[in-house]
Amino acid sequence: MSSAADHHAEVDPAYRLAHHFESPEQQFETGKFGMWAFLVTEILFFSGLFTAYSVYRSNEADLFSYASGYLDTTLGCINTAVLILSSLTMAWAVRCAQLGQQRGLKFCLIVTLLCAGGFMGIKSVEYHHKIHNGLFPNAHFGAHEDPDGVPLHITDESGATVANPAARPAPENLRSFFGIYFCMTGLHGLHVLIGMGVIFWLYLRARRGEFGPKYFGPIDFTALYWHVVDLIWIFLFPLLYLIH
Amino acid sequence: MSSEAHVADGSAVHAEHETGENYLNCSHGLRSWLLTLDHKRIAVMYLAGLAGALFLGGIMALVVRLELWTGDGLVLSDDLYNHAFTLHGAIMTFLFIIPGIPAVFGNFALPLMLGAKDVAFPRLNLLSWYLWITGAVFAIVSMVVGAVDTGWTFYTPYSTQTSTQVINMTMGVFILGFSSIFTGLNFVVTIHKLRPAGMTWWRMPLMLWGLYATAIIQVLATPVLGITLLLLVAERALGVGIFDPSLGGDPLLYQHFFWFYSHPAVYIMILPAMGVISELISVHSRKTIFGYHAIALSSVAIAAFSFIVWGHHMFTAMSPMGNMIFSALTFSVSIPSAVKTFNWLATLYRGHIRLNAPMLYALAFIFLFGIGGLTGLFLGALATDIHLHDTYFVVAHFHFVMVGSTLIAFLGALHYWWPKMFGKAYDETLAKIACILVFIGFNVTFLPQFVLGTRGMPRRYHNFLPEFQGLHQASTVGAFILAIGLFLILVYLWKSLVSGKKVTVDNPWGGSSLEWLTTTPPPHYNFVGEPPEHDVYDYHDIRYDAAIDGYVLSKNEGDAAR
Repeated sequence: MSSAADHHAEVDPAYRLAHHFESPEQQFETGKFGMWAFLVTEILFFSGLFTAYSVYRSNEADLFSYASGYLDTTLGCINTAVLILSSLTMAWAVRCAQLGQQRGLKFCLIVTLLCAGGFMGIKSVEYHHKIHNGLFPNAHFGAHEDPDGVPLHITDESGATVANPAARPAPENLRSFFGIYFCMTGLHGLHVLIGMGVIFWLYLRARRGEFGPKYFGPIDFTALYWHVVDLIWIFLFPLLYLIH
Repeated sequence: MSSEAHVADGSAVHAEHETGENYLNCSHGLRSWLLTLDHKRIAVMYLAGLAGALFLGGIMALVVRLELWTGDGLVLSDDLYNHAFTLHGAIMTFLFIIPGIPAVFGNFALPLMLGAKDVAFPRLNLLSWYLWITGAVFAIVSMVVGAVDTGWTFYTPYSTQTSTQVINMTMGVFILGFSSIFTGLNFVVTIHKLRPAGMTWWRMPLMLWGLYATAIIQVLATPVLGITLLLLVAERALGVGIFDPSLGGDPLLYQHFFWFYSHPAVYIMILPAMGVISELISVHSRKTIFGYHAIALSSVAIAAFSFIVWGHHMFTAMSPMGNMIFSALTFSVSIPSAVKTFNWLATLYRGHIRLNAPMLYALAFIFLFGIGGLTGLFLGALATDIHLHDTYFVVAHFHFVMVGSTLIAFLGALHYWWPKMFGKAYDETLAKIACILVFIGFNVTFLPQFVLGTRGMPRRYHNFLPEFQGLHQASTVGAFILAIGLFLILVYLWKSLVSGKKVTVDNPWGGSSLEWLTTTPPPHYNFVGEPPEHDVYDYHDIRYDAAIDGYVLSKNEGDAAR
């Protein structure tokens, strides 16, 4: 009967086997199961927001249809494509690690990082427009323009500010749509940033050549996380941008 | 951590045993504790933290009870009274009871009972302790700079309007939530993936089934609390208009979100306690647990039902149809709870019962959980709930379940695993006296509150009519008896650590699960060599040896006494 210590002594260091596991297979399976369980918590974390979205959209369908017009479908579409591309390169990174292709692995991780950075860049342009238009739900909330870009208020001959008859008037409670929009996309953006941090850490480790056919768990698990982050965006995009 | 440190060959095993090296003394210094990845040390650190939280929450409880000595209060203003009961509730719930048994005894015993070297993710385990500490700091800071007066439930719209430290406190609870998620995640994965070959699902001790069911709830429900609190913070800080009715939000949605977590959370509190009691009852009756499969599956059933009953917290605010459905679903929880209780009673029947301190706690649990559980039915029934809603009846009911059951089980577990954790004996006579004091004090505190509630005393009120004074004073006297009992426990356990008799036997109680088959205190890697194999709840080969005042495994069937 060999004890665990003997067992570990025989194991190739390339497996990076932690002290409390019996075998590299067990270590990998445990990590994978842990990541799936964590992703379940992530889904439930977002589920509160999706529930709030469903409640308010069913209560105020017209408001959601109006407010969605403020969102830039083109930029949203580009961002969706960028994220899907990053999922592809992340999946490819897993394959590279499994096959021991060190250069390919580093390349894929870098492309994934660039895509994620691009996504955040485009997102910040969108946020900037919204905040500029008074659509950030804080104390200064109040739209300046309607969804078509027509000013909601104009100055008449006497210099007084009056409602612009050419604009579509903003409905009451416009704020609750943007409350949900900023909470959902903001939380998603935070997950993208966390993912970028982890992927950068993986890149540093990949440069040291830590990954290969015997040890690719962290790449695999991070890829799972990354796909879920993408998947959440794939739900957010039509629910927020494509409903008018 | 190098694997070379692990002792492998027979002579070294012997050496380790001779030198008395164990997880407590295998390395020294504060650093070796603060950076430890050992689940047993993390359990001890949790025990220290939770004892502090229990003390703080207990002081707040005494302040509240003292204040209710007269109908006009004693010294506190109405605002300070609101702060006191909020802090009592928030500290006890989020800092003590929810982590409670899993964080201390789950962390200590789960890998041992399973025959594993550690939990699946030791670093995550340490992180969850640090998150607990961070959450506790947030809670204490919010106390120092101005406290919270919303009650532990942070109901909107009041929580979005009050000028107190709601953001600080909710961020603390948010962080504590992640501590809880990571502990749960670790336990789920450990039980799924780190079971040694011989340890099948149906050979696991019932403590593990209780912890497993708890961990499932922690993983599935706590994220919803997280997002709810984040939204509450966003509502307060920015005014996003999701919960605040003046901005177009729905305050009732907050209650739905909150209770979608917090009702399952009460089962996070009670399920591990039920696991502990299953162990205590069987070991101290020297008898195989009755209805093993029923108890195991009823834990899972309670976890499943816990997710579909949250609406009963809002009977006064939903549609009649919604109320009827949630009422019916609520009653379903009583079935698995009763299954457990009857199985424990059947285990006691014709057992060789030992009335030592852990067993006294177990018997107190059955009694108090019986009352706590049955009074829950009054609140699940629509007609009576309309009358009892938000009265002291509700307060008494959940204290019977949370304190009378969970705290009692926590204390039972503390006495049961204490010799294994620290290798020190405590004073058995004092332990029995303390247990009886706690039992009496608890009942004197909370039985009068049932009566107060049925007579219409609303919860959370600072003032009350003169006719309630007698019962309120009885309750306050009880609270102080309870406090004396708990203080006594602190004193003799401290004494046990400092100057207690050393326990060297592996198995002082005659337990059949694996933690009793390793040395006391356990070695760093839990077992010297391979973990032993033994059928849990099988006592026929565990024999008392008077020479060492402990139990030994007897391989010879003929020698085995009962």
